[in-house]
Amino acid sequence: MHVSYEVKAGDFSNAGNVSSTVKSLMKQLGIAPQDVKRIIVALYEAEVNVVAHSYGGTISCEIDPETVDVVVADTGPGIPNLDLAMTEGYSTATPEVREMGFGAGMGLSNIRKNADTLTIDTGANQPTNIYMHFSLVEGAHHA
Amino acid sequence: MTLQEVVEVVDGTVLCGEESLTRVVQLGFASDLMSDVLTLLEDDILLITGLSNNQAIRTAEMSDILQILFVRNKKPTKTMVDLAKEHNITIITTPYSMFRASGLLFSHGLKPVY
Repeated sequence: MHVSYEVKAGDFSNAGNVSSTVKSLMKQLGIAPQDVKRIIVALYEAEVNVVAHSYGGTISCEIDPETVDVVVADTGPGIPNLDLAMTEGYSTATPEVREMGFGAGMGLSNIRKNADTLTIDTGANQPTNIYMHFSLVEGAHHA
Repeated sequence: MTLQEVVEVVDGTVLCGEESLTRVVQLGFASDLMSDVLTLLEDDILLITGLSNNQAIRTAEMSDILQILFVRNKKPTKTMVDLAKEHNITIITTPYSMFRASGLLFSHGLKPVY
């Protein structure tokens, strides 16, 4: 099953709507709760990043019986130094993002911790594409 | 301890989820930083926070947390309460500080996550 959603830049009041929708879908598909949790935590962190740091983008999920692949693609402005951005505690977040309860420099490392594999294509003044792959513990019963 | 006991210990007010006050919660976690909350593996948690915005509710939803205690007399908006109701999350508010509320709940048996 393939689903795709748009995420608007700066729309803080709706940050999390896509993750919430995907979570409901995964529960309906019978994915095990421990898999749902780690997928959704990673997705939610990524969704907040798109809202907080990008010009906007899309979230696509491919849900299969044994695996879930998530692609979070924005239109820029990109991450100039990915190694630095992956460092826990490093952040370029605005005060507005910090007021949301984020911006402590934990998002990307939290995504890395929850995903089985994580690939990030980015660079200064480029789009950022985040690929997350998850192998399901028990499989999705209805995907 | 039950959520009803939580309410009594912190002189709290229940904004939604009254039907769940008999639910037992074992663990407490106090934070205004939602990324910290998102690192927790446990589900059976009372989230104690002074962060009163939609992301507090969303973070609880994503983390399978079913009860939030807002400290320092924070007043969640109607949108937040509606979102909490949608996901069966109980919201309690207290006039106490995060430190006082956490200390009282700890002394009454609520355990730390770590």
